[in-house]
Amino acid sequence: MSAEPLPEHPDFLWRNPDPKRSYDVVVVGAGGHGLATAYYLAKNHGITDIAVLEKGWLAGGNMARNTTIIRSNYLWDESAAIYEHALKLWERLPEELDYDFLFSQRGVLNLAHTLQDVREGVRRVNANRLNGVDAEWLEPDEVAKVCPILNVSSRTRYPVLGATFQPRAGIAKHDHVAWALARRADELGVDLIQGCEVTGFLKDGDRVVGVDTNRGRIHAGRVGLAAAGHSSVLAERAGIRLPVQSHPLQALVSELHEPVHPTVVMSNHVHVYVSQAHKGELVMGAGVDSYNGYGQRGSFHVIEQQMAAAVELFPVFARAHVLRTWGGIVDVTPDASPIIGSTPVENLYVNCGWGTGGFKATPAAGWTFAHTIATGEPHPLNAPFALDRFTTGALIDEHGAAAVAH
Amino acid sequence: MLLITCPWCGPRNETEYRYGGQAHVPHPESPADLTDEQWAEYVFYRDNPKGPFAERWMHSVGCRRWFNVLRDTATHEVLTSYRLDEPRPGGNR
Repeated sequence: MSAEPLPEHPDFLWRNPDPKRSYDVVVVGAGGHGLATAYYLAKNHGITDIAVLEKGWLAGGNMARNTTIIRSNYLWDESAAIYEHALKLWERLPEELDYDFLFSQRGVLNLAHTLQDVREGVRRVNANRLNGVDAEWLEPDEVAKVCPILNVSSRTRYPVLGATFQPRAGIAKHDHVAWALARRADELGVDLIQGCEVTGFLKDGDRVVGVDTNRGRIHAGRVGLAAAGHSSVLAERAGIRLPVQSHPLQALVSELHEPVHPTVVMSNHVHVYVSQAHKGELVMGAGVDSYNGYGQRGSFHVIEQQMAAAVELFPVFARAHVLRTWGGIVDVTPDASPIIGSTPVENLYVNCGWGTGGFKATPAAGWTFAHTIATGEPHPLNAPFALDRFTTGALIDEHGAAAVAH
Repeated sequence: MLLITCPWCGPRNETEYRYGGQAHVPHPESPADLTDEQWAEYVFYRDNPKGPFAERWMHSVGCRRWFNVLRDTATHEVLTSYRLDEPRPGGNR
């Protein structure tokens, strides 16, 4: 493969309007999910009187801090359905948005290092196939053909015993995804308002009728929260509680290298995931820091463990250098599945709890959240992800089942 | 890396400890009497404040005892640590 040149940096892709006094819909959070929600509200439901409020700058939270992996090889039917819907949307969005955001379907390997990993992987491949998700089980020699720089020798501490492979998985340029969605949403009439923090919620009885912000009061017919790590903070201001815990999630990049890594490799057991971005930097991530945190940073030993795992899997990376590390704040639910739906406050909807896996779901989160806000009812894809599942017990337990540890 | 003081062993690196989430969450006195909502609250809902947070840690490679830490989740500053039989310093939030 060869390095593809990045597109020219665009100048002004959206207006920067002052907030109006009132909107049909206010979306809180101009990350990928908030922008996709606004886009699909306009495109699928004809609602264009929308403000997307962002306390910082557009796509400056987790949208700027993820490792851009896109895949849909989840175990459970509900998860496979929504992530596969997202993947199908990813496949058509560059043309639909007229923006080449470097979506590269280079496949993802999920490595197995133990007998339990092997059984889980084979089971997940079969479950994926039944759900129409492309998936294969590869033996170590086949893994080496997909990714020649991976050490599949039997003489390592945790030998590669095989892997699941989803060929349609891949990566995309996260900033460009956000800009593509923002440009089109803006063209459709959506006001994208940066530097606008929601400080409180206006309520009429049990119904939300607007928000207070540092740029004044904004009335709204409906309000949708898409604030990721700060969902609990906003929910508390709205008088509700969410079953999420905010954790730091760290990642890192190396300096630029020649293209050597043809796919995406994820290992649950030695715990790292690695891809190579278009420019050439190696991009790595792993699990969350164990403690709750809003500081957008974590502890260095977590980075150290990621790098140790990466060097174990890829001896060729031993002399690469860390260029930069960073942390985002991810909101993790008890069952490691998202919450998309209504809340105890009428006309207040929430999209949160995506934990470590929100980027890949961006289009489907927007699609289903827009449907929920526009119609007041969940889309069939997000109906299972309602808040009340923690009361009914109908959990979608993706801890360990989703091909990645959380 | 956090520097956390075990009430028995003194200040040690974070890597010696295991995290245990929110502190001061008592088991319900009579679980059978709870509604589904109350049970869900006990099992799945925890505080998630941005700011001071009372949380449990266990000195897993040291004395293996649980204790509580008051830590600021916005700055990650460890404010104090105390034994399980001591009340949260400064009163409950």
